[in-house]
Amino acid sequence: MHQYVFVVIGVLMAIAAVRLVTTKNVVHGALYLLMVLAGAAAIFILLLAEFVGWVQVLLYIGAVVVLLLFGLMLTRAPIGRTALDNQSRALAALVAGAIFAMTSMVLVRAFDGQMIDFSQTLTVRTLGGVLFTKYVLPFEVVSVLLLAALVGAVVLAKRDE
Amino acid sequence: MMPVTWVLLLSAFLFSVGVYGVLARRNAVLILMSIEVMLTAVNINLVAFNAMLKDVEMMGQIFALFIITIAAAEIGVGLAIVILIYRNRTTVTVDEVSLMKW
Repeated sequence: MHQYVFVVIGVLMAIAAVRLVTTKNVVHGALYLLMVLAGAAAIFILLLAEFVGWVQVLLYIGAVVVLLLFGLMLTRAPIGRTALDNQSRALAALVAGAIFAMTSMVLVRAFDGQMIDFSQTLTVRTLGGVLFTKYVLPFEVVSVLLLAALVGAVVLAKRDE
Repeated sequence: MMPVTWVLLLSAFLFSVGVYGVLARRNAVLILMSIEVMLTAVNINLVAFNAMLKDVEMMGQIFALFIITIAAAEIGVGLAIVILIYRNRTTVTVDEVSLMKW
């Protein structure tokens, strides 16, 4: 059962990702990105990471995509292939294909035969416990980083008087 | 039970699509979107390894959470820079922003 759900979501994500980098309309691109991120959230939940999945929904779909749509609306991007893509498309496709071939070969060789067991239980309770005991220092550092990013974004986007 | 290689192949594909997007696109906002796809691919890998290794300390999921947080910070600052460039140059095409390029 899990396998079929995974294959369906994975194929949808792959199609959406390819459409995202080839579409001629930037707003459609943002909606394809939404599809990729929602698929990723579904895969997180499938892979026993409910909390990460819902954080993905809240943060990416709720905040990042809306922010990107705002960015697109504010910058009035032109529509059309030549305006959105540069001349080195073939080279870019070659590089991306080479990366995919190399990583997939290495990964399949290294992890062939390893299985994901869906019957185990990974609870949010243990995740929270570990996050606030062993990883509490990185957690605090990340909150300071978010504050710094917030201040930085406001300072950058503010109009000079 | 499901082979972990399926998940790894999906995330490798998403990552390469993101690389293509970063290299082939000219619009700065579309480049940021492709970067998000690459980060998502990495997160899928981390969560899959967490499930495969049955890690009781949930290292993979915690790392994925940190990456999501930092991606949010990155997109905020990135879009602020893009909007600043648009205000000064009235373009977000990265080819035309080459003042500091050698």
